[in-house]
Amino acid sequence: MPVTDYYVLAIDQGTTSTRCILFDHLGRLVSVAQREHHQHYPHPGWVEHDATEIWRNVRRLVPQALAQAGADAGQVAAIGIANQRETTVLWDRRTGVPVGRAVVWQDTRTDALIEELAADGGHDRFIDRCGLPLATYFAGPRIRWLLDATPGLRARAERGEVLFGTMETWLIWNLTGGPDGGTHVTDVTNASRTMLMDIATLEWSDELLDGIGVPRAVLPEIRSSAEVYGKASAVLPGVPIAAALGDQQAALFGQTCFAPGEAKCTYGTGSFLLLNTGPEIVRSSHGLLTTVGYKIGDDAPVYALEGAIAITGSLVQWFRDNLGLINSAAEIETLALSVADNGGVFIVPAFSGLFAPHWRSEARGIIVGLTSYVTKGHLARAVLEATGWQTREVVDAMNADSGIALTTLRVDGGMTADNLLMQFVADVLDVPVVRPMALETVSLGAAYAAGLAVGYWPDLEGLRRNWHRAGQWLPRMDPDLRAAEYESWQRAVERTFGWHRIGR
Amino acid sequence: MSKSIQSIERAAAVLRLLARGPGRLGVVELAGALGLPKGTVHGILRTLTGVGFVEQDRGSGKYQLGAALLHLGTSFLDVNELRSRAINWADALASRSGEAVRIGTLLEGRALVVHHVFRPDDSLQTVEIGQLLPAHACALGKVLLAYDRAAATALGRDLERYTQRTLTTAAGLGPALAQVRERGWAADVEEMTVGVAGVAAAIRGHGGLVVGSIGISGAVDRLCDAGGTPRAGLVGQVQDAARAVSRELGHRW
Repeated sequence: MPVTDYYVLAIDQGTTSTRCILFDHLGRLVSVAQREHHQHYPHPGWVEHDATEIWRNVRRLVPQALAQAGADAGQVAAIGIANQRETTVLWDRRTGVPVGRAVVWQDTRTDALIEELAADGGHDRFIDRCGLPLATYFAGPRIRWLLDATPGLRARAERGEVLFGTMETWLIWNLTGGPDGGTHVTDVTNASRTMLMDIATLEWSDELLDGIGVPRAVLPEIRSSAEVYGKASAVLPGVPIAAALGDQQAALFGQTCFAPGEAKCTYGTGSFLLLNTGPEIVRSSHGLLTTVGYKIGDDAPVYALEGAIAITGSLVQWFRDNLGLINSAAEIETLALSVADNGGVFIVPAFSGLFAPHWRSEARGIIVGLTSYVTKGHLARAVLEATGWQTREVVDAMNADSGIALTTLRVDGGMTADNLLMQFVADVLDVPVVRPMALETVSLGAAYAAGLAVGYWPDLEGLRRNWHRAGQWLPRMDPDLRAAEYESWQRAVERTFGWHRIGR
Repeated sequence: MSKSIQSIERAAAVLRLLARGPGRLGVVELAGALGLPKGTVHGILRTLTGVGFVEQDRGSGKYQLGAALLHLGTSFLDVNELRSRAINWADALASRSGEAVRIGTLLEGRALVVHHVFRPDDSLQTVEIGQLLPAHACALGKVLLAYDRAAATALGRDLERYTQRTLTTAAGLGPALAQVRERGWAADVEEMTVGVAGVAAAIRGHGGLVVGSIGISGAVDRLCDAGGTPRAGLVGQVQDAARAVSRELGHRW
């Protein structure tokens, strides 16, 4: 069969749903099958997923995606996985059953543990080794918490009876046979979010394992982002599983940000701005994370600076589900357009603290500037503007750390369908905002990496040629207004600090 | 008169009961009031919830009239919702056809551009979301008029001329709209702008209601053959995209 008869399958295992997408040789989306999974909130600040439910969804979705495209399993050249990062699951090696629900990246249950670890050397005590500050965000401390919280689990873990994985590890293990010889691997991008990997050697670090309290026996083998990890035995028997990347790194790859200085921001539940820094490990002094961008097979790793914003799309969901002021997320734009401006209102969505560039886990959300003039339309504006201003803070930090001012922002993710928001982002950044034709860059990145690994695509240059501009927004906000509004936003942010008292 | 459809009568009765308000009603109360089995009433409620005429309260599980009933006849589908549901398929259409893609809805007799994807050649283009196009002179608009007789009639007898080829009379537009309904797609060949052609098809929501149109536009020599007829391959791509978006919106054939 000619190459055009083959597809690459991407599995995007995200925070709210799992999607299976088939791409053709020109990187075009051929079919999509999607299914949401349950969000469990057993206590304030806790967020859990059922890893078994997610694996069940993958098994259902893959055949659906194939059927939609009228393709059979023999036409799938490779499988690539992109996944929600830092979400932590432990399972029994023998039975394949998770020891409990997966602890999701938004979960803040490790806050007391983080303070305990930081008491000896501060929040930055591991930053030179792993590139990350101590925060509830990352996976390693979650493993420690689970081992501490479950009687007998640590002993079982030390005996090698329990395996740890982020979602790509869990899926690869199950796809390759699970208890019957499943392959226990992770990739460098996901491993770089555990706080357990040495960012320079790309190996698990004894210093970090000891410091955080995680036994080596639970950990998967660290591999590159694009190589054949094994062949699927379930779902698509015989098809090589050839890529895994954390979702944000996958989006960087899907946006073809292959050169140092190229950056993208993905607007989803949270939003994540990643800047390619090439082979250089750039240390941030402005609250950004140093992370692995990708590593293709035996090539040298490509590093990235990351600005992580915890709450963007999920603020819109909160506005819809908890306040009930809109029926669908897209209606936020309609409501926001019913007024001309924010009416003086700012919403800072520090629902579980603030991520980059502040890293204040004790901050909590506020709405300020309320007067009797304010309507729900103004609140809708403030919801969208919160995403714009948080982007601005991260871009400012990135410009300061890299020493180069961003000239264009490539955007993707569901919120880029919001035209008002994209214009606002261009306005507050004062640079053009560009949307590529393939909005599903997370899935596309996983597909690209998998396709490269099996020779479906020859090289990075070929992938670049698939990138096209689908939309562009140019800044048109008055500079004085921009400065005044930004100043108000920053004052609003300060008012969120110090609200939550840990342990109470 | 043909026999009336029992399930629609029952649905109407459910709506009347809920409209008596002010409180919400549960399945058991509704079934009791109508003398119907609980399962039947539950099925009716689920269907009415699906089309937005009824809403279920999360806390109590009881039912009330839905917001969609209040807006019957005005906006059936929020335009921003339409864009967000259509965006992947609009991208795919631009990528396949090599042309700019627009999605339109009808606003006071004109075609409102609710989504715009650039022609994928990376040339300088600007986002045209929010623009109003003359419905009678573009493919996007003709599709919308073809399925909205009231709007087509409201345009009047004399229509504004943009080029030599613009259809400027109701008498000329009528057969063109009939043709759109018959073949399922619309075209404009230099009817709005000299040198530019467009092809569009209908986006349908629940129950087949037309909620918008999606189409491509570009240089007439790329979109049409030497005889000025839109190329069949491109027409097929536009129809595929329209079907994909319709499926996304819950339309079943």
